[in-house]
Amino acid sequence: MLLIYCPYCEEERNELEFRNGGDAHIARPTNIADITDEEFEEYFFIRQNPKGLIYERWRHVHGCGKFFNAARDTVSDRFYLSYKAGEPKPDPATFLNNGNESALNKDKGASK
Amino acid sequence: MRKYSVFAVVREAMRGHKGWEAQWASPEPRKEYDAIIIGGGGHGLGAAYYLAKEHGITNVAVLEKGWIGGGNTGRNTTIIRSNYLYEESMHIYEHSLKLWENLSQDLNYNVMYSPRGVMMLSHNVHDQQSFKRHINANRLYGIDNEWLTPEQAKAYCPPLDISKTARYPINGAALQRRGGTARHDAVAWGYARAASDRGVHIIQNCEVTAIRRGPDGRVVGVETSKGFIGAKKIGVSAAGHTSVVMQTADVRVPLQSQPLQALVSEPLKPIFPCVVMSNSVHAYISQSDKGEFVIGAGTDQYNSYSQTGGMQIITHTLDAICELFPMFRRVKMMRQWGGIVDVTVDRSPIQGITPVPGLFINAGWGTGGFKATPGSAHLFAHLIAKGEPHKFAAGLTLDRFRTGRLIDEAAAAAVAH
Ligand SMILES: Cc1cc2nc3c(=O)[nH]c(=O)nc-3n(C[C@H](O)[C@H](O)[C@H](O)COP(=O)(O)OP(=O)(O)OC[C@H]3O[C@@H](n4cnc5c(N)ncnc54)[C@H](O)[C@@H]3O)c2cc1C
Ligand SMILES: [Zn+2]
Repeated sequence: MLLIYCPYCEEERNELEFRNGGDAHIARPTNIADITDEEFEEYFFIRQNPKGLIYERWRHVHGCGKFFNAARDTVSDRFYLSYKAGEPKPDPATFLNNGNESALNKDKGASK
Repeated sequence: MRKYSVFAVVREAMRGHKGWEAQWASPEPRKEYDAIIIGGGGHGLGAAYYLAKEHGITNVAVLEKGWIGGGNTGRNTTIIRSNYLYEESMHIYEHSLKLWENLSQDLNYNVMYSPRGVMMLSHNVHDQQSFKRHINANRLYGIDNEWLTPEQAKAYCPPLDISKTARYPINGAALQRRGGTARHDAVAWGYARAASDRGVHIIQNCEVTAIRRGPDGRVVGVETSKGFIGAKKIGVSAAGHTSVVMQTADVRVPLQSQPLQALVSEPLKPIFPCVVMSNSVHAYISQSDKGEFVIGAGTDQYNSYSQTGGMQIITHTLDAICELFPMFRRVKMMRQWGGIVDVTVDRSPIQGITPVPGLFINAGWGTGGFKATPGSAHLFAHLIAKGEPHKFAAGLTLDRFRTGRLIDEAAAAAVAH
């Protein structure tokens, strides 16, 4: 089970309190009635499904009820950081090098 | 290839089992193949076998990053059935079920297909209506599926608790008698042996890192951990890693990769005669020939390539199993594992051409593609050989997410597997 940090409640809570909301930072086209089938497919169905860094939405359903975003590694399942909805997508350079990565590698080693 | 038979067993018993040969060859890769299949699961190995057997295309390699069958083929709970709701699904799953029935003979390999019956429990009025709709649709198509009363369900599966006071009362069940299980590893090994015998190269520990395209856009081959290997045609059958592989050819796909878990108990004497699944409380269980209970859990809610999943997912399933079968409460669980399944939004698979000439996709089998292995492999070989889909796979195209012709098995809500 994941431990997830809610940036509104400002604490780590267990996964049971949260609902995953899929990829973050996908903007609904403002002219949705006018876009082509290709554009709709791209917006609605196509996902990068990355092996590695993912930006995703979570909702603290059994807590404050708010949506927020998080950056996570999909191989180790380790969270890099959570941030409030509406905040810009953080640059990986800001969180991959500040000790998180070594923590991640340390963890991997420990579990062997 | 030396044929397996009772005489072979006797002969080897007489001479200390010294005459068994390797089941498949492990050659060095050639510079170029007519076709390359990426992914040595049941689907990929089967496709190579049918390419050689039915289309005479033997200059084929299956490239597997780990060991064959080490992906979802070797991690699944092996439930086989064909009682899906939509025609597109019935075509391919029933085609597959028919191939299962003769697969051991065809491959000269005992895949232990066991049509012991798959029973889906109905717990409420909605389940009952939905199952009866499935039963009617299936019968119109010619697929066996029948409605059982609770008493009939208990007669078929005695461990079932049908009492009115049960936590999850049962108001009936749908039974597909031809459904059942098979031995997962044997499916991978049987296809590998039969394909190798026909000249297919099975290359393990060979990860494809990129699909290469020529100036005209066509595929020309793949970069691998064993160097570049040329190919005129490439079939991707990489299950949970499909998005990763396809991206190297600039094709983005509507797939999400999620962990799905299973677990097995200590071996017990035969007690459980069939497969039982319950969608409403999410549990499914069967007993292997070794005696272990094979239990499937659900997917985690997030994308992951970790091949592990949350403990709460397992306890949720075990809670349900213990309520449905109170007699199993003290059974000990021995092993647990996860696989990474590639899930589409409509929960139906994708098999077809791609925007890249020479590149074909077989994916999105998600939580339920083991049962489809022979059928999917057979039709994927057709697709690769002819360049266009067989009529049984014609609805499973990649472009259905653009045209809107989804095959909404998810909403049709049978059980996931
Ligand atoms: C726990 C669990 C329970 C399940 N239960 C059922 C069930 O009861 N009934 C059912 O019908 N289905 C079930 N499924 C689903 C089923 O297992 C899959 O749909 C099916 O096995 C997919 O078949 P495959 O052969 O394509 O996949 P796999 O066996 O996963 O084969 C894909 C292969 O591709 C390889 N690969 C990936 N990337 C690369 C690369 N870059 N280069 C080279 N090789 C690569 C992988 O290593 C893997 O071996 C279950 C799955 C899981 C995980
Ligand atoms: Zn909160």
